[in-house]
Amino acid sequence: MDAFSRAGSGPPPPIGTCPVNTENPTTAASSQIKDMDAVAIRFCGDSGDGMQLTGGQFTTTSALFGNDFATFPDFPAEIRAPRGTTFGVSGFQVQFADHHIHTPGDAVNALVAMNPAAFKMNISDVEPGGVVIVNEDEFTKVNLKKAGYAPDENPLDDESLSTRFQFRPIPISRLTRESLADSEMGAKDVDRCRNMYALGLVYWLFDRSLDTTIDYLETYFGARKNKPEVAAINVAALKAGYYFGETAELFPVQYKVNPAPLEAGTYRKISGTEATTLGFAAAAEKSGTDILYAGYPITPASELLHGLSALKHLGIRTFQAEDEIAAVCAAIGASFAGNLGVTGTSGPGLALKGEALGLATMLELPLVVVDVQRAGPATGMPTKTEQADLLQAMYGRSGETPCVIVAPSSPSDCFEMVLEAVRLAFRCMCPVLFLSDGSIANGAEPWRLPDLDAIEPIPVTHPTEPAPGDERLNPYRRDPDTLSRPWVIPGTPGLEHRVGGLEKQDVTGNVSYDGDNHQHMVETRAEKVHRAQAIIPPLEVDDPGDTDVLVLGWGSTRGSIIGAVNGLREEGVPVAMAHIRHLNPFPSNLGEILEKYSTIIVPENNTGQLRFLLQGKYLKPVIGINELKGRSFQVAELRDRIRTCIDEGSP
Amino acid sequence: MTTENGNPAKDADVQLPTLKAKDFTTDQDVRWCPGCGDYAVLAAVRKTLPTLGRNKEDFVFVSGIGCAARFPYYMETYGMHSIHGRAPAFATGIKIANPELDVWLVSGDGDLLSIGGNHTLHIMRRNVDVNIILLNNRIYGLTKGQYSPTSERGKVTKSTPDGSIDSPLNPLSLALGADSTFVARGIDIDAKHLTVLMQRGAAHRGTAFIEVYQDCNIFNHQAWFYASQKESRPETTVECVHGEPLVFGAEGDKGIRFHDGGLEVIQLGGEYTVEDCMVHDERNRLQAWMLTRMHYPEFPEPLGVLYCDPDVPAYDAALQEQVAHVREQRAGQDLAGLVQGKETWDVG
Repeated sequence: MDAFSRAGSGPPPPIGTCPVNTENPTTAASSQIKDMDAVAIRFCGDSGDGMQLTGGQFTTTSALFGNDFATFPDFPAEIRAPRGTTFGVSGFQVQFADHHIHTPGDAVNALVAMNPAAFKMNISDVEPGGVVIVNEDEFTKVNLKKAGYAPDENPLDDESLSTRFQFRPIPISRLTRESLADSEMGAKDVDRCRNMYALGLVYWLFDRSLDTTIDYLETYFGARKNKPEVAAINVAALKAGYYFGETAELFPVQYKVNPAPLEAGTYRKISGTEATTLGFAAAAEKSGTDILYAGYPITPASELLHGLSALKHLGIRTFQAEDEIAAVCAAIGASFAGNLGVTGTSGPGLALKGEALGLATMLELPLVVVDVQRAGPATGMPTKTEQADLLQAMYGRSGETPCVIVAPSSPSDCFEMVLEAVRLAFRCMCPVLFLSDGSIANGAEPWRLPDLDAIEPIPVTHPTEPAPGDERLNPYRRDPDTLSRPWVIPGTPGLEHRVGGLEKQDVTGNVSYDGDNHQHMVETRAEKVHRAQAIIPPLEVDDPGDTDVLVLGWGSTRGSIIGAVNGLREEGVPVAMAHIRHLNPFPSNLGEILEKYSTIIVPENNTGQLRFLLQGKYLKPVIGINELKGRSFQVAELRDRIRTCIDEGSP
Repeated sequence: MTTENGNPAKDADVQLPTLKAKDFTTDQDVRWCPGCGDYAVLAAVRKTLPTLGRNKEDFVFVSGIGCAARFPYYMETYGMHSIHGRAPAFATGIKIANPELDVWLVSGDGDLLSIGGNHTLHIMRRNVDVNIILLNNRIYGLTKGQYSPTSERGKVTKSTPDGSIDSPLNPLSLALGADSTFVARGIDIDAKHLTVLMQRGAAHRGTAFIEVYQDCNIFNHQAWFYASQKESRPETTVECVHGEPLVFGAEGDKGIRFHDGGLEVIQLGGEYTVEDCMVHDERNRLQAWMLTRMHYPEFPEPLGVLYCDPDVPAYDAALQEQVAHVREQRAGQDLAGLVQGKETWDVG
């Protein structure tokens, strides 16, 4: 297993054995500094311990320092599960690097565990020789029992911890209290600063500045919540942790990960949810069309509703509907009235919206449906990621109901793919499904700010007269190129017309039960979606030459696939890779590409849904690598499985 | 001529056309069964719209599924025949997108109270400015005669050969329970009365909920005859007029009085006079509640506007206000600033 998952490179030595490259004379303490190329840290604790905040702060600090990074927040569905239990453990992993990376890392190089349950659930992921910091104060009888340890068993007594890891049990609770002894604040508030104490220590260990987090604490608690006293104790704990690292000489060295040589430009940290939000704001501006986002709270899509609800000044209104069905129906109503209707959900919600998507297909109105996929079926594992809604998106409705499907491949890619989804919805006048997932929505990475002026306007037209040659409006008089019908909106004089879910006679839009017309309409709706290929970019293949193996992916697996393929190439195994972002219709050159390779491998976090579509459409054998563990592929594992597929040949 | 990305171009000075009922009539053949109560309601609606001072293009009719839900196809306005039970959600979306539109929702008891009960509840509590006409025939017509959520207990239908064991839902009680701000009831064959109710509903800023006793002459014929027929109506119904005493009977010889914590029927002329009758106050929610609980044969059933509270802001108006406020508050905050976020760093 890689100690540092530099994408594709051979296994570098773990932290404990890394050669010392530099001494840093400017550091106050006498410690040495080791240069590292990449480090994966995981903060874990009780779901009330503020681990997401801690990890987020470390990420922001690393981002501003100039590292490339990728994050993986991993939290329970329970908001405040009983304290100290294993099912209440919340974790946040971030990999930061001096080079381009695509995943949050396989093995954990440094673990911060705030209680026994977090220790128990995470220690097995730490690489040999990795750093393990635990808050030993929390390893009390009661907490050990809550975490499921046997009576009189304390895992910290295991002497092998010190030989397997750089194991550092630290009384974080006590040290936090002592460092805040002069504060007037109550014990509860003081204890809530432990995470900042631990973060301060980690900042020292990785030679990071405290400034970003101090700014954050002062702004958040001080200015926004008007609790400067809370800001003050958090800042004090953060500094105390940092100075503890500096003076206690617990670690012989500090570690340093230099900035990554990213493409020149201005960057920010962005999560998939944030990029999706920004994409809709940009789409509203570029199309000159207001957006109604109608949603019903569901993990992991709720944050999208939260983000968009704050953008009323940018042409976006949100509607928290009474249920998933009402949400999609309100969005369709808004589209009928001239807005762009958008709804967002996760898999179970998409199932509920199925009938309404059939209606939108019949009405031929633009609609965007965001599905932040999670592990199913039913409630499944709401906070864990999966890619198993592809066939639902493709076929999960009554009758022949073709919808456009797009899928972002990383958190920042959501921005561009939302614009693409909106463009396609207006062109095709039909529902467009946007298949994100939990790891994309919650994951974060650096994003080079786009040139907004360079984004093409999205054309939208509302006719105010019947088509040339028509005496009255024919609501289904189609554009001969796109096959889309005119989007005439209520309030337009003289063009009053009715739409509905009953089959429509083409051109006139009158209710029709005629069999020939129905066949024609079914074929026309399918052809209309197919013709979207005209504006879909061809699929690009990254082919090193001299290979007949193609690894083909979609969605959030992109980072792992890049890592695995690069690893194989460095081993001397040439492998081509391509990533599909348009799943219906497929890019027009996909069939051609598949013909070029004798071995096609499709890794997916499902049982083979893209494989099913490819084999059905192109009649080409495809090998699946399928995993449903609530997270994306581990790079090294995927690399090994691809190698096995190549060695064993085609299925 | 088309306009790019905007609302249709309109001449601001254009005179409102003098519209007639036939201007709201489409070229589509009406496909209801001959003798269906829906015809009368359709005619009443077509007669009412020209009196509202709006342009034809400003009306949108939305419906769910069922016999009544075919309504939009017969109205020469904008219209959407949607899916079963969800019409209130579509109507809400339309109103949010364009609050200037005059949105009407016409559907049946199965659609609005059974499969769509949830949405009916929520459009009322939100007070979205939509006029809802519930065509209540106490039966499922389009699926050929199963009992509905308003069918009386014991009803024998195709799906209840031994009689239904469900209690019927009272639509007006439901509306009041959901804090509806306008609650009224009319009868299909009384077009004049319906027109008044619809005019009142249209003028109301908020959800106007109008229940119409409607006859399904195929599957539930005469279900409302006790209340709708000329001979029986004076004895079985009471017209609620704001500020007037609740008096009924062919001779005006009966009244409703509040007594002992509830309502009771009193015989006027002897012990009691009109002075003893409860005076209808459409702003009084508790009185309205008591009225909705009056069922024949113990009581006459109330007709007219039972409740109206014009002071509750409509959802769409409140939303517009909020949007305007936020726009003012965040003037100068643009997309570029949002994209940039709080923290950035430069490379190269």
